[in-house]
Amino acid sequence: MNIVVAMKQIPDLQQIRIRNRQPVFEDVPLTIGLIDKNALEAAVQIKEQLDAQVTVLSAGDENLEDTIKEALAAGADQAYLVMDDALNGTESSIIAEVLAAALRQMEDKPDLILFGEGSGDNYSGQTGSRVAALLDLPQVGYASSIVIDGGKAAVTRSLEDCEEVVEVALPAVITVISGINEPRIASVSQILKAGRKPRETVELDELNIKPGDSAIDTLSNLAPEMERKRITVKSVDELIQALSSEALIGR
Amino acid sequence: MTAILIYSDHDGFALELLTAAREMGAEQVRAVTINNDDQAKVLADAGASVLKINNDSMVLADIAATAAAVAQAAEKAGADTILLSSNRRGKELAGRLAQLIGAGCLTDVSSFKYEDGQIKCQRNALGGATVAVQIIKTAKKVIAFMPRSFEAASGSGGSIEEFAADIPAPAVKLVEVKQKSGDNVDIEAAEALVAVGQGLKDADQLPMIEALAKKLGGEVACTKPVATDKKWLSEERIIGLSGKKCKPRLAVLLGISGQVQFTVGIRDAKTIVSINTDENASINTMADYVLVADLHQAVADLNAKL
Repeated sequence: MNIVVAMKQIPDLQQIRIRNRQPVFEDVPLTIGLIDKNALEAAVQIKEQLDAQVTVLSAGDENLEDTIKEALAAGADQAYLVMDDALNGTESSIIAEVLAAALRQMEDKPDLILFGEGSGDNYSGQTGSRVAALLDLPQVGYASSIVIDGGKAAVTRSLEDCEEVVEVALPAVITVISGINEPRIASVSQILKAGRKPRETVELDELNIKPGDSAIDTLSNLAPEMERKRITVKSVDELIQALSSEALIGR
Repeated sequence: MTAILIYSDHDGFALELLTAAREMGAEQVRAVTINNDDQAKVLADAGASVLKINNDSMVLADIAATAAAVAQAAEKAGADTILLSSNRRGKELAGRLAQLIGAGCLTDVSSFKYEDGQIKCQRNALGGATVAVQIIKTAKKVIAFMPRSFEAASGSGGSIEEFAADIPAPAVKLVEVKQKSGDNVDIEAAEALVAVGQGLKDADQLPMIEALAKKLGGEVACTKPVATDKKWLSEERIIGLSGKKCKPRLAVLLGISGQVQFTVGIRDAKTIVSINTDENASINTMADYVLVADLHQAVADLNAKL
């Protein structure tokens, strides 16, 4: 069984500073989205039970070779990387075309394609759905459990007000929620081995596609203005007094 | 603007989309419903002209089928802009539908301005650190709005027309629907929230947090690790980027450091109180009132005095 996990290279959000309401990306290291790591862990857990090969698929700039080591250390067998400077942080409709083209080119046809339910930075949740549409595959979103049974997957999906248990024939696209598992921390020996795992690197023009223009224009992207009082109170009594004066308590 | 089509699996969110579509200046708002006669009536009563699809072979869990149905309804309605709700079903649908009809798409949109013939959408970016204003450049557009971003519409003069969509063979089989176990709390609707973070020592302290929430007329909420790692509270109570976005009148934040993945879910609260032992915690920069104190002692005092 071939499992492909799509992962996105993003700036480490913890390290983005805000200056004059503008995000500052200088010296911010690149990392992999958090929910993407849950998708990888789900794949590795399936591999531990079945005979499966786990391939990490990602598209981004040349830093990807380094960024993806973490995924190889955490249990992926190999990586398939589409590298182009234009691909970092580009819009979902373009990335979906690139990923779909890469999936079509893979020699070992994927049986299961996993995504996080949203990327760590933009969290638009479009890419998995778009890739499923491009490849004309069934999809199941927001998985909290995946059980592979022959050519099918039994998936529990977590919605706001209920859980749905569904059955889908493979190949399929499944997106996972962060609650599906606790991603493992790679051991030192796994980290050392990661460097030797196979990596296939392709350039954008090798995929024989011409991605369209971005469908989205960003007019501004600023930190929200916080108009907060920022009053330090010295005691619980003082706090109660302040909240009472605003009629927030004791009504 | 010509016709706009709206769709949500959720009746209340569909009424909110009707409001959004009217604010966009649509000459005509069309709605599509799938196997939901009640919703068709609710929307028609509020003034929408509804395309009603009833098809026994369809399940909403099959997103490819839902996308095909909504795409055909849009064509029938002559709508190049489709508004969806950004709940999980809606968000999952958004990408598939957009790809199917060649549309640009924005999800989790919290508000918009219609200016110079453009729908300028506002949504969180960079994990919530920033708020982006974006437009969709393609002629066809799919926009998914966060639930509760608009008032529910009212009106009259709508209509219902049966519509037979050509649906692909089902690829996803619904086996079982389980109600979520126990916790039916709706923290997004709460007037007051008492939210705990990793500063809370252990689960034994939760009763006094609940007592405080009750005194304030609100609910207990939490940061993500408290629910997903420690499992002290249900995931229904998570505030943040991948949890709930709340706008209570009063938010009391206890032992929370203030990572942006959390603050994005509470920064629209009217008044924020932070109680934390760390006077330099970043949460304090976005609070109206800061009390540097041990949260356990402070909560005990508050409970005694309120």
